[in-house]
Amino acid sequence: MTATIIWTIVAITVLGVLLAVVLYLVATKFKVEEDPRIDEVEKVMPGANCGGCGFAGCRAFAQSCVEAANLDNNYCPVGGNEVMKKVAAVLGLEVHEKAPMVAVVRCNGTCANRPTVNEYDGIKSCKVKAALYSGDTGCFYGCLGCGDCVAACQFGAISMDPETGLPVVDEEKCTACGACVKACPKKIIELRNKGPKNRRVFVSCVNMEKGAAARKACSAACIGCGKCAKECPFGAITVEHNVAYIDFNKCKLCRKCVAVCPTGAIHDVNFPAPAPKPEKAVPKPAAETAKAAADTAPEPTPAPAASPATDKKEE
Amino acid sequence: MKKTFSIGGVHPDDKKISAGCAIETLPTPKTVYISMAQHLGGPAKAIVAAGDKVKTGQVIGEPTGFISAYVHSSVTGTVKSVGLRKDLAGIPVVHVEIEAEPDEWAEGIDTSDTLVKEIPQDPKFIVDRIKSNGVVGLGGATFPTNVKLCPPPDKKADILILNGAECEPYLTSDYRIMIEKPQQIIIGAALMKRVLGVSHVVVGIEENKPEAIARMKEAIASLAAGSSDYEGIEVVTLKKKYPQGGEKQLIDAITHRQVKSMGLPIDVGAVVQNVATSLAVYDAVQKNRPLIDNTVTVTGECFPKQSNLLVRVGTPLSYIIDYLGGVPETAAKAISGGPMMGKAIANLDAATLKGTSSVLFLTEEQTRRKPETNCIRCGKCAEACPMGLEPFLLNKLARNGMMDELEQNAVQDCIECGCCLYSCPANIPLLDTIRIAKGEVIRIIRSRTAPKK
Amino acid sequence: MNKLLVSPSPHIHSKTSTRSLMLDVVIALLPSVLVTVLFYGWSAVAILASSVVFCVLLEYLITRYLLKKPSTIGDMSAVVTGIILALNLPPTAPWWVAMIGAIVAIGVTKMTFGGLGQNVFNPAITGRVFLLISFPAIMTTWGGAKGFIGGADAVSGATPLGIVKEGLMQGQTLQQIFDLHDFSYAQMLFVNIGGSAGEISAIAIIIGFIYLLARKVIRPYITLSILVTVAVFSGIFWLIDPSQYTDPLFNLLTGGVLLGSVFMATDYVTSPMSDKGGIIFGVGIGIITMLIRYFGSYPEGMSFAILIMNSTVPLINKFCKQKKFGRA
Repeated sequence: MTATIIWTIVAITVLGVLLAVVLYLVATKFKVEEDPRIDEVEKVMPGANCGGCGFAGCRAFAQSCVEAANLDNNYCPVGGNEVMKKVAAVLGLEVHEKAPMVAVVRCNGTCANRPTVNEYDGIKSCKVKAALYSGDTGCFYGCLGCGDCVAACQFGAISMDPETGLPVVDEEKCTACGACVKACPKKIIELRNKGPKNRRVFVSCVNMEKGAAARKACSAACIGCGKCAKECPFGAITVEHNVAYIDFNKCKLCRKCVAVCPTGAIHDVNFPAPAPKPEKAVPKPAAETAKAAADTAPEPTPAPAASPATDKKEE
Repeated sequence: MKKTFSIGGVHPDDKKISAGCAIETLPTPKTVYISMAQHLGGPAKAIVAAGDKVKTGQVIGEPTGFISAYVHSSVTGTVKSVGLRKDLAGIPVVHVEIEAEPDEWAEGIDTSDTLVKEIPQDPKFIVDRIKSNGVVGLGGATFPTNVKLCPPPDKKADILILNGAECEPYLTSDYRIMIEKPQQIIIGAALMKRVLGVSHVVVGIEENKPEAIARMKEAIASLAAGSSDYEGIEVVTLKKKYPQGGEKQLIDAITHRQVKSMGLPIDVGAVVQNVATSLAVYDAVQKNRPLIDNTVTVTGECFPKQSNLLVRVGTPLSYIIDYLGGVPETAAKAISGGPMMGKAIANLDAATLKGTSSVLFLTEEQTRRKPETNCIRCGKCAEACPMGLEPFLLNKLARNGMMDELEQNAVQDCIECGCCLYSCPANIPLLDTIRIAKGEVIRIIRSRTAPKK
Repeated sequence: MNKLLVSPSPHIHSKTSTRSLMLDVVIALLPSVLVTVLFYGWSAVAILASSVVFCVLLEYLITRYLLKKPSTIGDMSAVVTGIILALNLPPTAPWWVAMIGAIVAIGVTKMTFGGLGQNVFNPAITGRVFLLISFPAIMTTWGGAKGFIGGADAVSGATPLGIVKEGLMQGQTLQQIFDLHDFSYAQMLFVNIGGSAGEISAIAIIIGFIYLLARKVIRPYITLSILVTVAVFSGIFWLIDPSQYTDPLFNLLTGGVLLGSVFMATDYVTSPMSDKGGIIFGVGIGIITMLIRYFGSYPEGMSFAILIMNSTVPLINKFCKQKKFGRA
């Protein structure tokens, strides 16, 4: 009995030692020489492996940073300037700061704004739907509502609003990795400047049809009338293919365009709301409130915790 | 012996409920909308402008590029506009809007009913007529027929197959023309035979159309008695099995040759043309009559009036439907084409195209998809796949975006026949995901081979 | 008609559904169930009912309360598992044996892997094997049940396979054993008292097999390859030494070979997809079964053979693909 126990212990110990030696030999034999700085850079990365930087993952990005002469072509959208500063510190390089970006959904074709004419009955995928037909409404350009962007987001920053049928971006969580931009077959989502105090003005429509047709399909469509372009003092707005576009690098957030837009297609977010928000933001009152706000625009008083309330104005 | 393809296939109920309805000519609508994207390849370029007067059969669109086709006015009248209009999927496409007046045919078109049996000697003359009269494949893909009849010089066809299988349920337009215009179809076949320089033509017809088989055989016999141009044309009876009319399947059934992956029928020496295309070839060559009308089956159990109509290209679908009594209350889905491969119609105001072969109405109960449940690994999809693929596996790979594995498992061979989804007991939308993955894999393959050239 | 439905093709669907397939299997099992009930009486009814009820109830509870998903019992697969499990138990087994079997079959083997379609092993067989190892006494005691027909003497000690194994171990020759016990093939074919509920009538199982083939629920390759392998394997040994090795017909008709090859080895989830793979799978089961019967310590090896071959299915599926069109 005792002998059995002893022999068992001895056998297992010998086996363990032997295997440890084998493991050690294998580990030394197959050791891959790598620049130790890759590990260091990887340590400061967010570790999301989202691919937003254009590389296969954080390690591939780190490797590219180590091998690159400067960091001009490498930028981690998730970590932003802070992470890039750390990366630069590790490698002793300089980094150009970039303005933080956020994903913006440029469609306001809510269930109320866009009457549906068809019903989709297939796999829940915008890609499949886009390959099949124009979508359930008269608008060929707008959101299809199957949530490919939601599925593509690794940060849980996009969700579908069941009431509007449109995706909503949580700007706190959004890292501007661009996965949703790639996933959207209708190219509705755009990465835009996050803006000072998260304030942004953008055209929430990409419909390239002529005014009447666009309006018929969706009451909140950009009809390409060009009023905003004329109004803009900074030349930030261009109208091409019957749809306006605001260049966020030129936009100074004066919001004059918001006031003149006849369909309410231009959205302003995170601006302080002077009046309690209207229940259903019908284009006209929205434009009026915006106008009122625009008059006092130059030095607006920051309204803390106003963002959730004003956010909802997008409805 | 009845021939059939070697792998897979399913047996949906054929439901040819409009088979007994003779072809009826639909009155010309007040306005037609002629799409410039009627064919595979580059859309035609409109050469008319608002205000122009056009005659029936006059060219209004010119081809852009090698794979493209002429488009002709299907009516006489005034061009109202040239611009974007939504097609049946709701996608904006350039259409020419023409307000119709009584027909006045463009010059050089023979509108008489006399049968022209003599086959022109010069193949180039035949091809030119086919091209200038805008003939495209009417079996579904609408590939320009003249291109298909002129294979690259290093490839030689030795057999022409006329596709009269019409394996999709409900469709009867090919069946009706085989019964009503068999001689014209055979003459069309003889014309294409001359162009290709082949000695053998086979007309493949499924066994569920005995009358068509008999009529076509009679036509061949009577024509062959008068001229040696009609030698070597025969009718072969095919088993009733879907997708018997798939190009690769039909070649396999008739010649036992299998077109290689990513290959074309010409690689195995075969050219396949639909019987309706053959009829269009007859009109184009023997009558110099452009492809401006085609036979459309309007059917469905819920539709009150089954019919086969001769419709001018560009007729709004809503006009056809109103003519027959309007959309039935119980119809839930309208389909252009058959229930297996046809496209769902999102916009009933869309106009017909050259390749529109049917408008089918299905009820909610017939067509609504049932909720997806777990795959039970029964293998019915793999059993049904006529290409020998494993749809259950491709679906999983596609959902995970595994492109290399998709290519290894031959997703690019998929012919989108729908057998897998049709037979899946768990209602998994197999083809939905596979179709998208196939497109992506083919794009990857093309981009890989392109720079090497 | 208000809004037109739009979906990718195809626009029609065959009438076959998971539920209809499972219902067909239940129908195919009915002859066996009927024979069992007739010859084992109320105890067979009790074991069938408790097994089915526990299987279905367990699946319902797990999906609804543990996984918090819509219940999947509507697909009838739990009913099939329940019936097959019951047919694998001695009819005299107490109800709690069926309950434990159901827990192992549905709870452990099926639902932990994600429910129908995800499991590696056949649930009913795993349940049965678990019971066989855990409660060998209960699982190998037959008899004592009073049937609706066939009189009160439906009492028997062991299965023919068990008797043979026992006899051979005691050094008897087959001739002596057969003389002693008077096995008749006719009896085995129709009603063979002694054995698990579902093993008793070969003809009832064959009727079920023909029904499944006619309804195109299964393809015959797996079943036939098992039967042929068992026959050939035992045939070779029987020819070598008929005093030690039982003959092919005896091996086909006794034990779970028929029940297993028709209803359990052909389970979609745990068998290969292709016909070629099915044949390899079937041959494997046949060989393992006969190895256990002839050389193992258990009298019967069908369940173990199916379980072992279940584990090879992913590999078989990987290497046995059907021929693709236009590819050499």
